[in-house]
Amino acid sequence: MLEQCRKAASLRRQGSALPGLALFFVLLGMSAWSVAQTPESSVSSDPSPSTDSSTDNEKPVPILSGSAGAFSFVTAGQNLIDTQINPVLLVPLGDRWLIESRAEFEGEFQRPPDGGPYGGPVAKHLDYAQVDYIANPYLTVTAGRFLTPFGIFNERLYPVWIRALQPDPLILPINTADSDGAMLRGGFSVNKHANLNYAAYFSATSIGIDSVDSERHVGGRAGLFLPGPRLEVGGSWQRTLQDYRKNAFGFHMGWQPASRPLNLRAEFAHSFEGSGYWIEGLYRLSQVERWHKAMRRTEVVARMQQFFTGEIGPDAAADLGLPDVNTREADFGVNYFVHDGLKGVFSYGRIFSSEGDFNQWTFGVAYRWLIPLGRVGAR
Amino acid sequence: MVLLCALVVVSFVFAEESGKAPAKKDGTSATVEPISDAESMRVQGEQRFRANCGRCHAAPQKFPPRMMKTVLRHMRVRATITDQDMRLVLFYMTQ
Repeated sequence: MLEQCRKAASLRRQGSALPGLALFFVLLGMSAWSVAQTPESSVSSDPSPSTDSSTDNEKPVPILSGSAGAFSFVTAGQNLIDTQINPVLLVPLGDRWLIESRAEFEGEFQRPPDGGPYGGPVAKHLDYAQVDYIANPYLTVTAGRFLTPFGIFNERLYPVWIRALQPDPLILPINTADSDGAMLRGGFSVNKHANLNYAAYFSATSIGIDSVDSERHVGGRAGLFLPGPRLEVGGSWQRTLQDYRKNAFGFHMGWQPASRPLNLRAEFAHSFEGSGYWIEGLYRLSQVERWHKAMRRTEVVARMQQFFTGEIGPDAAADLGLPDVNTREADFGVNYFVHDGLKGVFSYGRIFSSEGDFNQWTFGVAYRWLIPLGRVGAR
Repeated sequence: MVLLCALVVVSFVFAEESGKAPAKKDGTSATVEPISDAESMRVQGEQRFRANCGRCHAAPQKFPPRMMKTVLRHMRVRATITDQDMRLVLFYMTQ
């Protein structure tokens, strides 16, 4: 229960990571070859005409980005040290192609119940390795392993340097395992007041270490973003194409009022495995006059969430990283942005369930880097 | 499968039509609207940066143009921002 509440995502992944990691390093080598083969600058390096002639002649350069973090999770008095490094490789090819990949190396260390030194496994996983083709302003075609576009947390908020609170949302494992297949996605302006974004995919993911089982899905997500009020609302859907052929759906919203440094977002999901929601608010203290230099780097966060069990048993829920009982959780945190890409995090959470109520303390640091794999010029 | 194929076909049809249609002042066309001066572009780029990028993360530092082009292409895919948003944010972030 405690392990599930803290880091559900790592429990939902199965299978050997070695082929995927090998692919990641092959892509890294390809990016170096790509930089060596292509001239430093050429004309029109993006499909749509640029409005600035100085960037027109700049060819995009491959990038090795990623994040790293070291965190301590103290749940019901038990301390778990989590260290991770998540490299991201971006290889642009020509005007319309992008190869991107992300790997995850995560160590979770605890003392054994009878005392002794910290120890634990180091998990390795390939989060995504995909090829994107920007066909036109309305459509991007993606193939490979990609993050399942269900809700907003999995695709947009998962990295440690982006998320406001380090503990995963309780509903994260619902229908967000990696997808292997093809996807169509895009975002375009409907009119000057609204943008529409969408994703539709088919996946035939291989699951299980000891079997050749696969799980086929189709699904999609659509959202409407209103740039004026900075409001986005949307929904997700997924259908399993074998076994029980079950459906899952979700809703999401996000709002960032222009007049306040406030970010409010929420997600709801319902599936055969369970259902629930989270609501999160972030407020940057940039308008506080006292100790302004420090306050403008400080962000306070609050999240409320609930999970309701589904039709699966406790063992199956544990395998997925879901709570095995109805659970509520409230978290409050503070993030301090030391400088671009580096932040210190601290949060307190209270978990309520029929298995008992627990405190959860979290503190640590998260760091994001961006390294060009080629020459970038004078600037 | 039929739905996905229809999606692909419709997107190419819209792209073709918007490529022929003149730019309209009410923004109903997806064609690139001519933007008259650098200051206007910078202001619009900053607005779009805050509206799109601020949804997920704090404002990053500005990187060289070659890096920003790659980052924006990645964001075009990951965050499904519009084509025009990408161009204006790229302009803003490379000034």
